[in-house]
Amino acid sequence: MLTLTSPVETWAHPLPAGAKLLALCGFTVVLFALKTPALLALAAGGVAAIIAVCGRDFAQTSLRLLGPLWFFSTVVGLWHVWLGDIPGGAVVILRMVTAVAAANFVTMTTRLSDMIAVIERLCRPLARVGLQPKTLALAVALVIRFIPVMLQRMAQIRESWRARSHRRPGWRVMLPATLAALDDADRVADALRARGGSG
Amino acid sequence: MEKNLAHIALFAALIAVLGLVPKIDLISGVPITAQSMGIMLCGTVLGAKRGALAVLLFLALVAVGLPLLSGGRGGLGVFASPSVGFLIGFPVAAFVAGLIVERWTATVGIAAFAGAFIGGIIVLYAFGIPGMAVMLDKSMVEAAALATPFLPGDLIKAGLAALITQGIAQMRPGALLSRPQA
Repeated sequence: MLTLTSPVETWAHPLPAGAKLLALCGFTVVLFALKTPALLALAAGGVAAIIAVCGRDFAQTSLRLLGPLWFFSTVVGLWHVWLGDIPGGAVVILRMVTAVAAANFVTMTTRLSDMIAVIERLCRPLARVGLQPKTLALAVALVIRFIPVMLQRMAQIRESWRARSHRRPGWRVMLPATLAALDDADRVADALRARGGSG
Repeated sequence: MEKNLAHIALFAALIAVLGLVPKIDLISGVPITAQSMGIMLCGTVLGAKRGALAVLLFLALVAVGLPLLSGGRGGLGVFASPSVGFLIGFPVAAFVAGLIVERWTATVGIAAFAGAFIGGIIVLYAFGIPGMAVMLDKSMVEAAALATPFLPGDLIKAGLAALITQGIAQMRPGALLSRPQA
């Protein structure tokens, strides 16, 4: 679960993250400038070919990541069929699927550490207004570390609820979970201060 | 400094956890996760600035490729999807929600509901609906119709966010950073 980077090593993995992101921006801008189904189908085919080259497992994961678009595709598709404007619907759906697939491709072929390095580089000018890169790195590490901790505690709160009541826990676990997050934050702040502060 | 950092980071984690936890069954059949409630809580509990920063931190982690959005979505693809307007609106929603709780001197529960409603629904939809209209090449009215099914769930979430914020104010008044104790 922890990251979307594909374990299948592809030709795009070694490319620098910054270059891939710039290429993605350019591609997306071009995509939104294309207005005919034929040209967009060409672009979609191109992205599909690039993904297919990376092997079957990689392609399957790419396809799975497009899952959430089914809702929008179905609604827009039916709407355009009802309007009798099939080419218009094709443009919207092709553009959406291609743009998301291309962006997912960059995510899948770039390691988390490389992406975080790009973010740190982008945030470097913010050092002048007080956001030090190491503060940002610490914040990122804290979030990643505390997600499993909080998931576990949420499960514990649910369990103890079930032990006390035959009703389902529902939203009532949210208050103790939020309180626990606030308490954790206080303890983390103390721990950081005890270790010399955050910056 | 450390206190702010810790609160921002832990609430960013809370937003993620609320999207990963199995849906809370509020209305039967409509699967809704509590993630947008996490956005509201960031504002109503942490206040405008810290709340918005927590949401930005969360979005940065989504952008670099962690599948933390509800339904296990993440990566750059979500920023090219029709939901992009909602993502852009998230930090603004938390900021507005926090601002209302900070500035409006009404009872915590009432101010938190107003904040969650205005920030987490009105402001958020004001970003989300134009986003869908642009990405799907639809009119504002059509895009708004597409967002309407989520409105009842979001109203319930605003109510719950207010109840939770009020609960914190009662149990741990000092922890409610949006309402600093004099």
